[in-house]
Amino acid sequence: MPEPILRVTDLVKRFGDFTAVGGVSFDIAPGEILGLLGANGAGKTTAINMVLGLITPTSGSISVFGQDLAQHRTAILRRMNFCSTYTNLPGNLLVWQNLTVFGRLYGVPDLPRRIDEVLDLLEIAHLKKRVAGHLSAGESTRLNLCKALLNRPRLLLLDEPTASLDPDIADKVRKVVRRVCQEDGVTMLYTSHNMRDVEEVCDRVVFLHKGRILHQGTPEQIVAHFQEKTLEDVFIRVARGGDLEPRTADGSVTPTFPS
Amino acid sequence: MNFHVIQALVLRYLFLYTRTPVRLVELIFWPLVNLLVWGYLTLFLQQHAGEGFPYQITYLIGAVILWDVLFRAQQGVAIFFLEDVWSRNLLNIFAAPVTTLDYLVSTYAVGMLRASVTVSILTLLSLVLYSFNIFEVGWYLAPFVLNLLVFGWALGMISTALIVRWGPAAETLAWATPFFIQPFAAVFYPVEGLPPVMQAVSKALPCSYIFEGMREVLRSGHLAGHELVMATGLNVLYLIGAGLFFVHIMKIARRGGLLTKFASQ
Ligand SMILES: Nc1ncnc2c1ncn2[C@@H]1O[C@H](COP(=O)(O)OP(=O)(O)OP(=O)(O)O)[C@@H](O)[C@H]1O
Ligand SMILES: [Mg+2]
Repeated sequence: MPEPILRVTDLVKRFGDFTAVGGVSFDIAPGEILGLLGANGAGKTTAINMVLGLITPTSGSISVFGQDLAQHRTAILRRMNFCSTYTNLPGNLLVWQNLTVFGRLYGVPDLPRRIDEVLDLLEIAHLKKRVAGHLSAGESTRLNLCKALLNRPRLLLLDEPTASLDPDIADKVRKVVRRVCQEDGVTMLYTSHNMRDVEEVCDRVVFLHKGRILHQGTPEQIVAHFQEKTLEDVFIRVARGGDLEPRTADGSVTPTFPS
Repeated sequence: MNFHVIQALVLRYLFLYTRTPVRLVELIFWPLVNLLVWGYLTLFLQQHAGEGFPYQITYLIGAVILWDVLFRAQQGVAIFFLEDVWSRNLLNIFAAPVTTLDYLVSTYAVGMLRASVTVSILTLLSLVLYSFNIFEVGWYLAPFVLNLLVFGWALGMISTALIVRWGPAAETLAWATPFFIQPFAAVFYPVEGLPPVMQAVSKALPCSYIFEGMREVLRSGHLAGHELVMATGLNVLYLIGAGLFFVHIMKIARRGGLLTKFASQ
């Protein structure tokens, strides 16, 4: 098996005496798209921010491209990127100015051409000379994605990238995400509250509940494991905190928390 | 240290000014008001006090210009950070391959740019309005100006660290920090003019020596050696202290998730 692009081991984050992430381990193989699922407050964004080095873990380790994040943060970040609903590019700059600044931050070669490429890819080339702050929510999400793809990252972290998109654009974005994954071999960590997104985009899913991994597997495996019809049904059941154990044919329950 | 990164961060700031030139007003308006008020006050005093007037016009106008160097340099650093907070861009920057040193050096570059815009305009205006040429006294003033920029940078790092630690609520600190020290800084009056306790504080600040040194240069036309040495020595200490403080606060911020809290506020 090839070395994973991202390896998270026993990751814990406590804020005071509140545990946001409570001992999480997973790998992402090269070219794989891993979905991080879970209700509001499950710890997805906290986990992603730890992988970005924005939050220091309380304990546990993160290794990216086989290197320890704590020690090689800057070198790793150069080959990584992210897009999140929680951030914007500076609204008072033009679209191309924003991409120029970030392209230079990441040391992107042949930048003007690369900017045109990513704008075309997300179908917002016509917005190149617009003020970033005047874009609609969906347009600015796509601009964020342009920034995230600018440096041809080998690992891409997407925190609810489709949150503000209409169904048509969301569909296009999912296809773009799959395409860059297949064509450029980009590895991804993806969170979304849209189960359709997850089923369509993710190869594998890690289900978080209150900072712990409840289950992981392909979307089909998860649905089968919980004996529900759809991922959405699983999600709702888990989020309501009810019955976390899968139903089995003989009616017995199998604990699914990692030991 | 990575020059591409520093260039990119400074470029972001230049784009900002070309996009919203109204921001330049802030660099010009307050310094201009200061210059007018202090300039005409000095003129008035000078006319009425006749020959016996102890302060030449140069002192106060020079002080106003130099105080603004300090203030603009300090604010350059704090605003650099706040711009990213205001535009929800902070995480994009800190999740990019930017080291703390790259970041700090960029803030310094921006602080210098801001200060040089202000100084150029004030110098020109004081020449036109009061026929006062701050550079008439020669280049002896230059090392003091450089020291002021450096001290402004140190103050800027401290105020930014406080904002990182206590959140946007501490934003006013960014504007107020230089004024906390102004009474001690011997900007408009000599250190001996202060009561002993305040003098002690004053002697621990590099900017006191800078303003004393400036008066010495203006009075004698010679380089004020002692003041320059003291100012530079103290500045090195303040710079190291402020840098360590900033790095320390960034560590606390990463541990407490403070940077990401900013993003969602
Ligand atoms: N800096 C912080 N300080 C204190 N608590 C925090 C901090 N950041 C996150 N938390 C808490 O940690 C928990 C997990 O938050 P997180 O943002 O990771 O959830 P999430 O899974 O991304 O949720 P959502 O789906 O709503 O985005 C929440 O209860 C949150 O209040
Ligand atoms: Mg989240």
